[in-house]
Amino acid sequence: MTTSHSSPADERALTPEDFRKANVNEHAAETIEQKGLSAWHEAWLRLLGNRVAMTALVFLLLIIVMAIIGPMLTPYDYYSNNLDQTNLPPSAEHWFGTDDLGRDMFARTWMGARISLIVGFSAAIINLVIGVIYGGVMGYIGGRLDEAMNKISEIIYSVPDLLVAILLVVVFEPSLGTIILALCVTGWINMSWIVRGQMMQLKNQEYALASRSLGSSGMRILFRHLLPNAMGPIIVTLTLAVPTAIFSEAVLSFLGLGVQSPAASWGTMINDALKTMIIYPWRLAFPALFISLMMLCFNLFGDGLRDALDPKMKK
Amino acid sequence: MIRYSLTKLFYLVLSLWVLASVTFLLMKAIPGDPFMSEKAVPPEIRARLMAQYGLDKPLYEQYFVYLSNLAKGDLGISMKMQDREVGQTIRDAFPYSLKLGIVSIIVSVIIGIALGMVAALRHRKLLDSASMVIAVLGVSVPSFVLASFFQYIFGVKLKWLHVVGLNGPLDYIMPTLALSALPIAFIARLTRSSMLEVLTADYIKTAKAKGLSSGAIIRRHVLRNGILPVVTYLGPLTANVVTGSFIIEQIFGIGGLGKIFVTSISNRDYSLIMGITLFYGLILMCARFITDIAYGLIDPRITLVSRKEKAA
Repeated sequence: MTTSHSSPADERALTPEDFRKANVNEHAAETIEQKGLSAWHEAWLRLLGNRVAMTALVFLLLIIVMAIIGPMLTPYDYYSNNLDQTNLPPSAEHWFGTDDLGRDMFARTWMGARISLIVGFSAAIINLVIGVIYGGVMGYIGGRLDEAMNKISEIIYSVPDLLVAILLVVVFEPSLGTIILALCVTGWINMSWIVRGQMMQLKNQEYALASRSLGSSGMRILFRHLLPNAMGPIIVTLTLAVPTAIFSEAVLSFLGLGVQSPAASWGTMINDALKTMIIYPWRLAFPALFISLMMLCFNLFGDGLRDALDPKMKK
Repeated sequence: MIRYSLTKLFYLVLSLWVLASVTFLLMKAIPGDPFMSEKAVPPEIRARLMAQYGLDKPLYEQYFVYLSNLAKGDLGISMKMQDREVGQTIRDAFPYSLKLGIVSIIVSVIIGIALGMVAALRHRKLLDSASMVIAVLGVSVPSFVLASFFQYIFGVKLKWLHVVGLNGPLDYIMPTLALSALPIAFIARLTRSSMLEVLTADYIKTAKAKGLSSGAIIRRHVLRNGILPVVTYLGPLTANVVTGSFIIEQIFGIGGLGKIFVTSISNRDYSLIMGITLFYGLILMCARFITDIAYGLIDPRITLVSRKEKAA
């Protein structure tokens, strides 16, 4: 359908003399005294005011920094065996003690943090990309395609995630890559459903219609208008997907399906330490403490983020 | 209702078929064959063995044999314990896991709903915060950390409970709590938010205006409507208990299916892994199926057709 752009002005030539300046100061009435805040800025202010979430964020940043520089702070590396210094308690020499092969627990703990964070973030980001594309297409196009794609995702979702992850890692040998991939097989579905729901709501909004009537392509509307507006729930889901992935990695490595020795993973370290818990409890304490702390901070921060981005949800 | 159940049943079977096919393909994707590790088997014997297990047939034929065996409930023979049928192994070990699992589900639902109720009724008061702290800790602390913490405090330091084993009723305390922490946290949050919603509903005001005692309001109106979402959580709850059991049974030395599963993983006993995976898949999908049906029956507002809109 084409619309003609001819306006009355084309037919009846108007000259500047036809116009009179109205003596109204339109701007005075509409002057905004206070600087306007964007929705994002407002959300950020709400987040800043949430003490619990900010504390969690600070701890998270500390853990991330330690995961980067931690292993370098001690002269010991995380992989060298030192068989005459096994199972030492924490001391000035080995800050977190040593394990049954005499490896420095401080270095190993932060290497474990590194692995957890890498797995958590990579899996979450891969799930984000797949979920947004799949969910975006489902919700935006709708109709039969949506129905079919939704059924497919439901079937995949009904296959228990940890079981699939275990199977894949068993078959393809544990490594960082296979673990991340295994967590992505079912991990993206939640995100795709969130995005789908958002798309279905947003695509009928006036601004989407306006953009369409201005001739925007579907892709442009999807990426320029709909996704930015769906960003809040997407970010919240992303934040909460990270601890889920970290937890699954810990379970896998606890079952002996994590990254292989000498690489350190919290799940593996906890599993190793359990056997000697009665005699050397500190070997258990540090990885257990830090994985709990990290999960706690991610969850608290994610909750705070949800409250900040969607104040209506707050109860 | 019948049509809805049948559709759900169809998807249950479809999902099981997908899981079965995926496990079959994965099994075939493993490089080598099950007899690779045997010491220098002469080619003739090897061919005999392959023929005995039907591994000499073309892949699609193996696939059909596998599927028809599955339909009959035959999961094959363990590769590491040669004379053991996978099905028998599962039948022997499952009762232990089932007992622990059922206790854990009951405990999760009761404590979870209680915590959520208390939190909602004391909204923004001390008890609310306390319950929500418990809930966020339950989501955050991995079950194996919790389990080892319990073992260390109650088993090793205080010597109140046995560190491992599942022989008396007291032995259930630690494994159950470790297994239930996550579902308790989820259920508490669900109950709390749904009850807060219900508490502001008009029919509660009406009930108050009628002069109903607050106890009766809570029992008859708030609780009934407030715990509806918990029903939807029963499927994931079963999944949690199953996957949690891998770890908990390992830690507490319980010879259930979870422990066998973990052992089969470290032994790389593929047929046992695949068999238990399918068995778990069946349980979880049935749990989800029952949940779907139950929710449709309990909540009159759900006209089972419009669930798609609800999912969105």
